[in-house]
Amino acid sequence: MPIEQPAKIDQTLQDANLQLAIYSATGRLMAKRKDAISPDVCPDYQDLRTQANLVKKHTIENLDYYLEIVEKAVAARGGKVVYCRDATEVADFVLKLAKERDARLLVKSKSMTTEEIDLNERLEHHHLEAVETDLGEYILQLAHHKPYHIVAPALHLTRYDVADIFAEHLSAERETIPEKQTLMARVALREKFLAADIGITGANFVVADSGAVVVVENEGNARLTSSAPPIHIAIAGIEKLIPRAQDLAVFLRLLARSATGQPMTVYTSFLSGPRRGGETDGPDEFYLVLLDNGRSKLLADKGKRESLYCIRCGACLNHCPVYRKIGGHSYPWVYSGPIGAILSPQFMGVTHDPWLPFASTLCGACAEVCPVKIEIPRILLELRGEVVAAKTREKSNRWERLAFRLYAWAARHPSVWSAMGLAASAVAPDVPAMLNRGPIADWLSQRDLPPLPPKTFRQLWREREGTGVR
Amino acid sequence: MAPRVSLFVTCVVDQLFPKVGIAMADVLERAGCIVDFPEGQTCCGQPAFNSGYRDEARGMALHFLDVFRDCEYIVSPSGSCTAMASHHYAELFHKDPARMDEVRRMASKVWEFSRFLTDVVGVEDVGARFEHRVTYHDSCHALRELGIKTPPRKLLARVDGLTLAEHDATEECCGFGGTFSVKFPTVSGGMVRTKIDSIARSGADTVVSIDSSCLMQIQGALSRAGLPIRTMHLAEVLASR
Repeated sequence: MPIEQPAKIDQTLQDANLQLAIYSATGRLMAKRKDAISPDVCPDYQDLRTQANLVKKHTIENLDYYLEIVEKAVAARGGKVVYCRDATEVADFVLKLAKERDARLLVKSKSMTTEEIDLNERLEHHHLEAVETDLGEYILQLAHHKPYHIVAPALHLTRYDVADIFAEHLSAERETIPEKQTLMARVALREKFLAADIGITGANFVVADSGAVVVVENEGNARLTSSAPPIHIAIAGIEKLIPRAQDLAVFLRLLARSATGQPMTVYTSFLSGPRRGGETDGPDEFYLVLLDNGRSKLLADKGKRESLYCIRCGACLNHCPVYRKIGGHSYPWVYSGPIGAILSPQFMGVTHDPWLPFASTLCGACAEVCPVKIEIPRILLELRGEVVAAKTREKSNRWERLAFRLYAWAARHPSVWSAMGLAASAVAPDVPAMLNRGPIADWLSQRDLPPLPPKTFRQLWREREGTGVR
Repeated sequence: MAPRVSLFVTCVVDQLFPKVGIAMADVLERAGCIVDFPEGQTCCGQPAFNSGYRDEARGMALHFLDVFRDCEYIVSPSGSCTAMASHHYAELFHKDPARMDEVRRMASKVWEFSRFLTDVVGVEDVGARFEHRVTYHDSCHALRELGIKTPPRKLLARVDGLTLAEHDATEECCGFGGTFSVKFPTVSGGMVRTKIDSIARSGADTVVSIDSSCLMQIQGALSRAGLPIRTMHLAEVLASR
């Protein structure tokens, strides 16, 4: 039987334009990544993955140690680390600071962590204006959409969609040329940068030993966000730590190649502390918000804690044949695709969206391209076991459980098993009449069944042995 | 000494594609193997394991270990079922060190059919003749769990009269995924239509793979789309003369 699943899945499947947009955009990213990791330009790609996995493993397993180091390093450079347990604590911190400094306008660069905690909505609720400055995020903010993809948030929108959104919200002419659209956004955003009281960025990496926040981007908006306003707040999940600056030699080479197929992003900013004496640029105040929001719970789970190694490159989304069909908005949380399918159940509980760990053919494409080698299919399988256990406690899967028990019992009794097989092939000629019901009917909604053979392999084998035919 | 091969035919072949099993036995015997079929075999337990029923899967794995305990080589016409026995049984018994030794010993004896031919028997030309334009579908578990990319292609390259025409989405999943195709029929259907579009562009008249379950999915979609392209297991191609 089909599992209960969001209506968004079938809506997406039936939208031919959207299907084409998703498939071609992810396909381009796949092709670019493939070129960027090819042995002639990146001969040590697999070694880099192994090294990245080891560094993440080491850091995550010693996170308490590195958190203390980074706290001291940030303080030594005149900044301050703020620990937040959840979304409310982050919003409270930003609101309190804004009130104390009489701040009204905030600019933001792209950050999945702030999407995770709905920061914009929380700030707007208290009459602060928070403006997204990444082009894709800016478009989404105007249109009130959630990100469709970790790296390419507006992947689902065409330039014609963008023309409509800009015409409506920027009270401008309908403009369909992407370069001119970019210019329109640039004009609107430049004013915001210059007037902003606070700049909020995410962090791709937080370097423990130097206290530097590393932000990679292609538009230069994160650099402006972190340097133009008098206050810079960087918001990062606690798992973003890496021990030393030299570890970036591994991660920076992997991140852009995996995400967009670039050898490096256009801008790589190392942001540590407020402006010091003699410096011309930079904020007066610097805060690093380190967010838990459920991460320490994952940390306690030895079998699945590697989910925290993720560097948000989005490669698993691009390569996932399921994401490429159902798109980013079918997933229950801001993290979509295979990584979302393992993060969401762990953060929200497996009973929240019990369909999610099952929405995979376990094809393994995600694990193959993951730059930090997260074993996503293995974790999906563990989560499936947890869903079944939870449903069994609620007694909501009685029939499925019974079916699997019977099937497992038969499989341990070969005579029963082969008798069932014989019976099935004996009725094979009548099967078409039985097909209009149950799971087989759902299967047949999409494709035909093969003609069923009148004899099983077992029967053919006995005949073959009996006649001695070789 | 001739390798002694015990066939592990899998449920799908036993019930739905019995001729694939016979073709596999024929090819192995022609290649000089002594072939038997342990009749006690049933299912490797993958459907239960993949559906989250680990206790049930463990019971089936124990049965598999019993049936194939004394075999020299266990050869299967499926990358997926091979990977279940050689890779995933370890996940079922990791808390049972005594059993783990047995699982590891067994894992080293389980072979997917095409790799067994090229790597163990050491044969690429099995004397087959098949005058068709063929495209090869990389089944996911064979490709990514077992790393099987070249063995089937080496074997196909030596078939008389055969032209191999790769399709651009050869490494993309067909969308079967066992119970996935039942739990998410429309998503699975969308995936296989993408697959057959790519297959059709290759100009092949036959799709070959080493997993009958993928071929069942692909054949079902080809038939529904009315495309005159057929599917065949590698063993059937290699048994053709």
